[in-house]
Amino acid sequence: MADAIKLETPLTDDKVTSLKAGDNVLISGVIYTARDAAHKRLVELLDKGEKLPFDVKGQFIYFVGPTPAKPGKPIGSAGPTTSYRMNAYTPRLIEAGQKGMIGKGEMSPEVAEMMKKHKAVYLAAVGGAGALIAKSITAAEVIAYEDLGAEAIRKLTVKDFPAVVAMDCHGGNLYQEGIKKYSKL
Amino acid sequence: MREVKTETITEEVRKIVITSSYDLGEDVIGALEKAKKVEESAVGKAILDQITENANIAKTEHSPMCQDTGLAVLFVEIGQEVHVAGGSINDAINEGVRQGYDQGYLRKSVLADPIERKNTGDNTPAVIHYDIVPGDKINITMAPKGGGSENMSEVRMMKPSDGLQGVKDFVIERVKKSGGNPCPPVIVGVGIGGTFEKCAMLAKKSLMRNVGDRHPNKFYADLELELLEMVNKTGVGPQGLGGTTTALDVHIEVFPCHIASLPVSVNTQCHAARHKSVII
Repeated sequence: MADAIKLETPLTDDKVTSLKAGDNVLISGVIYTARDAAHKRLVELLDKGEKLPFDVKGQFIYFVGPTPAKPGKPIGSAGPTTSYRMNAYTPRLIEAGQKGMIGKGEMSPEVAEMMKKHKAVYLAAVGGAGALIAKSITAAEVIAYEDLGAEAIRKLTVKDFPAVVAMDCHGGNLYQEGIKKYSKL
Repeated sequence: MREVKTETITEEVRKIVITSSYDLGEDVIGALEKAKKVEESAVGKAILDQITENANIAKTEHSPMCQDTGLAVLFVEIGQEVHVAGGSINDAINEGVRQGYDQGYLRKSVLADPIERKNTGDNTPAVIHYDIVPGDKINITMAPKGGGSENMSEVRMMKPSDGLQGVKDFVIERVKKSGGNPCPPVIVGVGIGGTFEKCAMLAKKSLMRNVGDRHPNKFYADLELELLEMVNKTGVGPQGLGGTTTALDVHIEVFPCHIASLPVSVNTQCHAARHKSVII
C-alpha cells in the first residue's frame, strides 16, 4: 500500500479530522484489544464511576480475540471480529476519550454520531486475514481480565498494521458509499 | 462386522481439526484468484490480495488462517457394518477436538452455557451430526464454523404462495442485510424444503460442497448460478466495502416438504471456508 497514511498512536483530534473514509492507513504504536465480554466490563466500570484498567484517552481499541501464540511468537492469528456487537458499548468509551475502533463490518448510526461529536474514527481490517495481520504485531501483553482467555484485554505493539478508514468523523461511510457505487440491482 | 477403535477416531479427528484451520482448500483459493481478475473496486481487489496472501502464510507457516477457529462442527457418516470398540464415539470425537485445538494453537471459543457465558477452555463440546450409511467405513468431515458468518444466517418459514421469487428475494435480502459482517466474499448455503430443523441442516450441508460444484439437478444448478450473479450485483463486495465480488458461490440443497410449507434457510459461510474429511 504505497499510498497509505502512516498513523501513530495515540491519536490527536487533528489527525482524526484529517482522515477520510476510503483512506488506506498503516498504524504503528500501542493499541488495546477488547471484544464483547471485555467491553461489557469496561462499561460497567464507567457506570460505577471507577477507573478503567488502561487509559483509553486517545487510544485505539481493536476488536479481536487472537489464537494462542506459538512458542517464540508474540501472538497467534489476530484478525478483526464483527464490530456491530460493540455498538452498545462504544459510545460510552468514545465519551471517555477513545479515539479509534478497529474491526470489521459497519457500526451503528449512534456510534457514527458520537464519532462526529467527539472526533473518533473507525477503521476496518480484513476479516479472515488473521495470519497476515499478526505479522504487524510485534508485542502482546495481557493487561486485564485474564480469566476471559482469548477475550482478555491485551496491549499490542504494532508496526504498519494495515487498515482502511471505514467511517470517518465527518459522516463518511465507506460501507454505504462503496455498496451504492457497485450495486447493479 | 468391521471394528474401529475409539483411539483411531480420536487421532484422525485431532489431525483434521488442525489441518482444516491451516490449509484453505484449492477450490476456494482458485475462486479467489479468479475473483481478483474481475473485481471492479480497487479497495476490493486489495482485500482479495490480502486474503490470498493470508491463506498462503497460514499454509506455509502452519498457523490458523483466521483467529476465529470456530465451533467444531463434524459430520460423521457411520457405515452400518462398523462396530465402534473401546467406548463412546461421541467422547472419542470430542477428545480429538480437545487435542486438536490444544496442539494446533487454535482459539477456544465455546461457552458452557449461552446465558452464563463461561468458556469451557478446550473448545468442546463439538456439534456432531451423525448419519448411518451402507458400508463398513466411517467418514468424518470437520468444518470449523466462525461466529461472524454463522450470526448472519437465518431460517424463514415462507408461504407456498411466496414461490420461487420469494426464495430468491429472501436470499438476496439476507446477503444485503449481512453487509460486511460475515467477511465477504462469502459462500451462500441455501436449504429449501424439509421441516424447520431439516431446512437448516440442508443449508449447512450444502457448505460441505467444494466451490464450483453444481447441484446434480439442472434446475437447481441453474438457480445456483442465477443467485450467484444476483448476489454479486448487490455491490456489497469484499468485506462489505463495495465491489463486485460478494460471493464465491451459492450452493442449494433441497428436500421434500409439507403441503402447507416452504421452509428456506440461508447459512452464510465466510471466505475461510474450511472443511477437511477423513475416511476410516
